[in-house]
Amino acid sequence: MLAWTIYISFLGVLVLMLLPKDNPRAARGVAFATAFAGLVIALVAYAGFKAGELLTIADKAWIPTLGFRYQLAADGVSLTLVLLTGLAAVAGILFSWNIEHRAKEFFAFYLALIGGVYGVFLSFDLFLLFVFYEIAIIPKYFIIAIWGSTRREYGAMKLALYSFIGSAMVLVGMIAAYVVSGAETMSLVELAKFSFPHSFQMWAFPLVFVGFAILAGMWPFHTWAPTGHVAAPTAASMLLAGVVMKLGAYGCLRVAMTLFPQGLEPWGCTVLGFGSWRDVFAVLAVIGIVYGAMVALVQKDFKFVIGYSSVSHMGFVLLGLVTLNTIGVSGAVLQMFSHGVIAGLLFAVVGRMVYERTHTRELPMLEAMRLSKMLPFAAVTFVIAGVASMGMPGFSGFIAELQVLIGAWKSYPALAIITGVGILIGVAYTLRATQKAFFGDDTTAAATADADENSHGHEPLQPISVPERLGATLLIGASVLVGLYPHVLLKIIVPSFESPLFQWIQKGGAQ
Amino acid sequence: MSYLELLKLALPETILVATAFFILVADRSTGGLDRRLRFRIGGLIASVGCALAAGWIAVTPAHANVMNGLLVIDPLTRLVKAGILILTILTVLLSSDSDFTEHVGEYMALILFAAVGMMFLVSAEDILMIFVSLELTSLSLYILTAFNKRNIKSAEAALKYFLFGGMAAAFTLFGLSLVYGLSGSTNLHQIAAALAGKGLDPLLVVAVVMTIVGFGFKVAAVPFHLWAPDAYEGAPAPSAAFIASGSKVASFFIFAKLLMIGFAGVEGSGAWRSFVSGWIPTVAVIAGASMILGNLAAIVQGSVRRLLAYSAIAHAGYALLGIAANNEDGVASLLYYVLTYGLTTVGAFGVIAVVENRTGGDTMSHFAGLSRRAPLISFCMFVFLLSLAGIPPLAGFFGKFYLFAAAVKGGENLGLLWLVILAIATSAVSLYYYLKVLKQIYVAAPETNEPVQVPILQQIVLGLIAAAVVILGCVPAVVVDALKTAIQAAGH
Repeated sequence: MLAWTIYISFLGVLVLMLLPKDNPRAARGVAFATAFAGLVIALVAYAGFKAGELLTIADKAWIPTLGFRYQLAADGVSLTLVLLTGLAAVAGILFSWNIEHRAKEFFAFYLALIGGVYGVFLSFDLFLLFVFYEIAIIPKYFIIAIWGSTRREYGAMKLALYSFIGSAMVLVGMIAAYVVSGAETMSLVELAKFSFPHSFQMWAFPLVFVGFAILAGMWPFHTWAPTGHVAAPTAASMLLAGVVMKLGAYGCLRVAMTLFPQGLEPWGCTVLGFGSWRDVFAVLAVIGIVYGAMVALVQKDFKFVIGYSSVSHMGFVLLGLVTLNTIGVSGAVLQMFSHGVIAGLLFAVVGRMVYERTHTRELPMLEAMRLSKMLPFAAVTFVIAGVASMGMPGFSGFIAELQVLIGAWKSYPALAIITGVGILIGVAYTLRATQKAFFGDDTTAAATADADENSHGHEPLQPISVPERLGATLLIGASVLVGLYPHVLLKIIVPSFESPLFQWIQKGGAQ
Repeated sequence: MSYLELLKLALPETILVATAFFILVADRSTGGLDRRLRFRIGGLIASVGCALAAGWIAVTPAHANVMNGLLVIDPLTRLVKAGILILTILTVLLSSDSDFTEHVGEYMALILFAAVGMMFLVSAEDILMIFVSLELTSLSLYILTAFNKRNIKSAEAALKYFLFGGMAAAFTLFGLSLVYGLSGSTNLHQIAAALAGKGLDPLLVVAVVMTIVGFGFKVAAVPFHLWAPDAYEGAPAPSAAFIASGSKVASFFIFAKLLMIGFAGVEGSGAWRSFVSGWIPTVAVIAGASMILGNLAAIVQGSVRRLLAYSAIAHAGYALLGIAANNEDGVASLLYYVLTYGLTTVGAFGVIAVVENRTGGDTMSHFAGLSRRAPLISFCMFVFLLSLAGIPPLAGFFGKFYLFAAAVKGGENLGLLWLVILAIATSAVSLYYYLKVLKQIYVAAPETNEPVQVPILQQIVLGLIAAAVVILGCVPAVVVDALKTAIQAAGH
């Protein structure tokens, strides 16, 4: 059943390719129907899901000579992310309702990307997972390069090459693991049972972890993220921040940490105060949180603020992962969901609601426009999203970041404190951006208002359309639901960690 | 062995030769017609000939060995020959839109002669026969390169190709003569038996290196690659496609056979920190150099043909991994790789030929906005280039993956992992230049919006090739299983 999320997306691509050329309405309709069907399938699967089980969806021999299987399965973690993908896909299409330029191709690439993402989250054979992971790279390039804005070709190429280099690192680790195990299998469950030699895990773990973490925006490999987000069209920014960065984090959790748990153990010596790869990655994650927030604080381009905030929020995910205790790791997974929804919303406001109407993202220029009067819906949405992004109780971000902090407190108290500072800066940049973009400065606003009346007057901005309102409601609803009642996701996430795949969490928690 | 039996075993090759003569005669009688039409007729006859030959291959006995290795037939050679015939058919079909020459009959006949050379090459286990078939192939290809008399680049390319080729042939011959002197035999198995246990004496080192030089030229590996960019750029598109596909398949196959069977005792080891002199480390170094130079040089090319030439050098580097792996998976992955690579390249050159014929050139700007002027062939090019870059679910991805896995398996202590890391790193670089071409096709604005007229035959053939590249990537097991079974049945 869940496998149909993948198939239906690629079917959608096929249908779109066969559509006549100049019919954006039909293309949009097909794309929306496909994405919506994906979301419905995910919800139905969620309703029927028994917490703690590993739901096998398909398991067939694929390349028997090498022992690769077509193995799709889902546990609580995958299902959470599949739900997120469904939400983000639907919302993304609602926010690209106005695409007229080569609409058919746009939605074809869009659905191919979605299909690849679903595939990654559902694959339990490493080879299959990698195939889907790479399928997701190419559509991103074209979506950004064709439909993007600021420095789009540069941003697209940078993103594609960073992703590809990351996956090259993963590929090395993957082939080595395949040969070392000698078991002629790529099944994650089988490989996780095999205990790789300690020395092998010590180099394979950081290689694969970093390979995936590049896509998760880990500092200092995050530089693709802000440029890519800014260059991308709205729907693509939403997907990039919403689900593509999650692919990286998911890979770290599902592949690197599950197959090579001993790579997390102490080296037996300290280098510059670091005693293990775990320490290194924890520190990098915290640097990402604080650095991303500080850089976001000084940006002039509205979209760059959100781009860097994504780096900061993804730092929480990585920090949560290396806490190695149930509360921290489940916080990380919840943060993936939460950030996917909230960042999607923020990008939607900036890219679709504001930029496509005002044609500027420069905060000083927006400041003069006092958008809260002209686009009240956008302002309200952004305030809600901003508050959620800051980690206000009642929204999903709060519960997720709180869990990560508690987890971090258990493992790395000092880092937890620094992370707290990062959260404060997060409040600062969000308030600053909200203030400048929507409420403006009274003095300048008054001055420009006069100037406006004298010269050309107010050009009325297009009102916020129905699809935009729907999309915003959908995302806000998801965030509030999870914020008020986190159990709705935690009840499937936490029991998953009792599976043998996640033994390292139980061991790590005991340490 | 009677001549009748010999004829039966060599009938596929004989059919091709007969077809070639038939085309020569038939083309005389169609002299007055339009060139494109003559190309179409010639291509059709040649394809029928190839199809007949392939059909006969299917019914010949599975095992035969004529005169101690002069003509060996086993399931593996049958499979490779069938592959070469398919590539030949695709090449001649895609050439049907050309009008670069008056001498259509000669052109088609030479393509078939080259194919005959490749087929004999695949079947040979005797160094004399290997050399003779190699020369038949090479000489035909030199002429095919020079065939566009109106283009001075074609002549230059052919001359370069010929001079380098002649030199390489001299090296090969010298190396093989030393091998004969050392072992007293021309049969690969007997050579291996005679050399067994003798170790690597200096004369043998010279012999091995000379042979590798000769074949390194054929497969365009660094540092014997200099002819490739000019030949790919100057040759008529179908010739370039054939040099890049069929010729590569045959050369790689015989290269692997020669080293793995003939020099079985002196392979040495290329594993990290446990190098042992032999042909494996030599091949490994050539492979590494090819990947680096090919991929880096491709980045700066402005002509798509030259870009494909440098990428071909890089791909030769990857394919050599399969030889350096020196195991069963190595051969299977090598063959899967070169066959799918050949298919992809024929397709890519097919697209280039159409673009050249309709827009007048093959530089990046001639491809600008192609997706809006010819969506179908643009999509085909999209598939071909991404397959070359190694993006799943296309054939190129599984090919690379399988090669890398085989190379890591070859030898203890993760074998050639260092070389595989290099290969993966350089293939990340390669995505950049393939995307550069695709950026022109899909992102850049076209000069005019006028659709490019693509002949229907071209559309069908290119579409089929693209579909094959996708299908082979999604279900590689079909080919891999056949190859594995054949290798085991051939008993190497």
